[in-house]
Amino acid sequence: MEEFNNLMHGFGVALGWQNLGFMVVGLLLGVLIGVLPGLGGANGVAILLPLTFGMNPTSAIIMLSCIYWGALFGGAITSILFNIPGEPWSVATTFDGYPMAQQGRAAAALTTAFTSSFVGALFAVILVTFLAPLLAKFALRFGPAEMFAVQALTFCSFVGMSKEPAMKTLAAMMLGFALAAVGMDTVTGQLRMTFGQPELLKGFDFLIAVIGLFGIGEILLTMEEGLAFRGRSARIRMSVVWQTWRELWTHWRTFLRACLIGCWMGITPGGATPASFMSYGMARRLSKDPSRFGKGAIEGVAAPETAAHAAGTSALLPMLTLGIPGSPTAAVLLGGLMIWGLQPGPMLFVEQKDFVWGLIASMYLGNIVGLIVVLTTVPWWAAILRIPFSVIAPIILVICAIGAYTVNQSMFDVLTMGIFGVLGYLFKKLKYPMAPLVLALVLGDMAETNFRQALLGSQGSLGVFFGSPLSGSLMVLALVMLFWPLLGMLRRRAAAAPTSGPTPEPEPEPVRTSA
Amino acid sequence: MTESPPDDGAPSAGRPSSRISSRGPELALAALLLAAAALVIVDSLRVGHRWASDGPQSGYFPFFIGLALAFSAGAVVVDVMRRWKALGEDTFLDATQARSVAAVLVPTALYLGSMHWVGLLAGSAVLIAWFMKRHGGFGWGLTALIAVGVPTLVHLVFERGFLVLMPRGVWVEALLTRLGAG
Repeated sequence: MEEFNNLMHGFGVALGWQNLGFMVVGLLLGVLIGVLPGLGGANGVAILLPLTFGMNPTSAIIMLSCIYWGALFGGAITSILFNIPGEPWSVATTFDGYPMAQQGRAAAALTTAFTSSFVGALFAVILVTFLAPLLAKFALRFGPAEMFAVQALTFCSFVGMSKEPAMKTLAAMMLGFALAAVGMDTVTGQLRMTFGQPELLKGFDFLIAVIGLFGIGEILLTMEEGLAFRGRSARIRMSVVWQTWRELWTHWRTFLRACLIGCWMGITPGGATPASFMSYGMARRLSKDPSRFGKGAIEGVAAPETAAHAAGTSALLPMLTLGIPGSPTAAVLLGGLMIWGLQPGPMLFVEQKDFVWGLIASMYLGNIVGLIVVLTTVPWWAAILRIPFSVIAPIILVICAIGAYTVNQSMFDVLTMGIFGVLGYLFKKLKYPMAPLVLALVLGDMAETNFRQALLGSQGSLGVFFGSPLSGSLMVLALVMLFWPLLGMLRRRAAAAPTSGPTPEPEPEPVRTSA
Repeated sequence: MTESPPDDGAPSAGRPSSRISSRGPELALAALLLAAAALVIVDSLRVGHRWASDGPQSGYFPFFIGLALAFSAGAVVVDVMRRWKALGEDTFLDATQARSVAAVLVPTALYLGSMHWVGLLAGSAVLIAWFMKRHGGFGWGLTALIAVGVPTLVHLVFERGFLVLMPRGVWVEALLTRLGAG
């Protein structure tokens, strides 16, 4: 019941006129970001973060999280109308969304996508509302060793669950940690890896990295595909909305499954993109008539969208309670909290009640307002997509440069952002994942501090991480995750050995060894 | 960064157009990561990577990070070697793609690199105009409208609205003072 009261109080905070205004502005900006190729949730929030430094933290986080919801909604528009996923997590939406649009059912597809997004987000928000305080209370008992164990689990899960090669995931992550270590060591005051450059004293700001990696990198990648926008226009009539809603009601099982997949993938750092694919695959496999999929099945739109939103929203649960973001965008939001002097983690629920519950309440409101906003403004967004890329590309570049400059008002940052852009492009092309890099850059200092404090307590013995049952089991889980790819490889070898006969050599991609 | 000359040795006879195979970029990026790892390790050794009387030294944690980075980048190199043939067949970029990427990369590099002198607003106008004329084939009127309009909007929103000053640029600053004096 206490949660309920807190939530009501939160609604009081979020329902102020000013905050509602920021909510709508954030949503519109978010949809715009989601619609434009090259701007995504993570770098959209990163670019706009400096603008919010002057606001009070509650309004700022409400606006930023609404940008995030907006971006999640926006990705669906381009996928359905133009067959261009505006965001990686809406790739699966194109499979059935675009065929639906081609058959003249664009409005139904869009309604499905928006409604599913709403349902997924709502499910996740309810989960956050009731789980977050419990988790936070539990996490209050964590010492540095437990915190480090949780962080280790986060990072090791990347290696274990990533689609990208394990060694490349590890390399990207370690680069992130290395970049995070640059600058003054907060414990000893010593300078690390600055090589006499005054610009490096502060270290690398993750915002700069995010803007470069996701913004510039994405433009370069988009350019390579030679974009031509040829899409259908759409307007959504209320009658179609009602009709679609009635049809969607019959697919409640798909929704429930997608919500569960999404929440699971969001809380563990799987993220929205794998969640959407997994959910699509599940819906297809469990469907009575799988052959309809790919030709405009309504569940084929509902399943990935629901899961993507559920994942995107529930990614905020570990961020708020443990200070560990479940997605790159959540990582940027977390960075924002730290800039405002709010230390994410369990103490937030004790010390900053207004802030936490205002944010959670704004998740409910933001998604309701978002649903209404996108349903009514679709034609407008479709029109924006008709602006040629030769106009949009330079404007996005300008926005990235402004975003990078405004973080610290530093020219050096702008150049660094450019270098990160090229790095991001190479990473994408060569299948290095970027999420672990960003996460390591954000969490690097915190992880190191926990690591050192835990070791200080134990006089340098690594046994401290296995000392308590909690941190011990987390660490074991982390190690399992870390060596998961290796286990998979061994199992495949073992399976291949006895039947090494007539079967035409299966393994198309040789598995990486690791010494 | 790895703007290597196109076609770093892909002698496949049947392939007509020039292209960049995945080998070069894979190795280049792995080498870059190895170099970064070396920097991290060397610097950790400099600040001390051991256990001091008052706890871990500054290089304690980064030292392990450097080792792990070297290990993983090394593993990527080994993997590239093992798949040398297959990667040679892999296309990283074909000629058309390389040209489109360069069409963005080169102006962007110039835009960011010249910002110290030209400033953000003037540079943005030139960048937008270049893209619209060169790749969009727009008329001068519309090009001028957008190329001037966007920086003006930025000026109004950021410099007037949020009081965040954009970099003016050394040259533009000099020009403005001369105009002011003259």
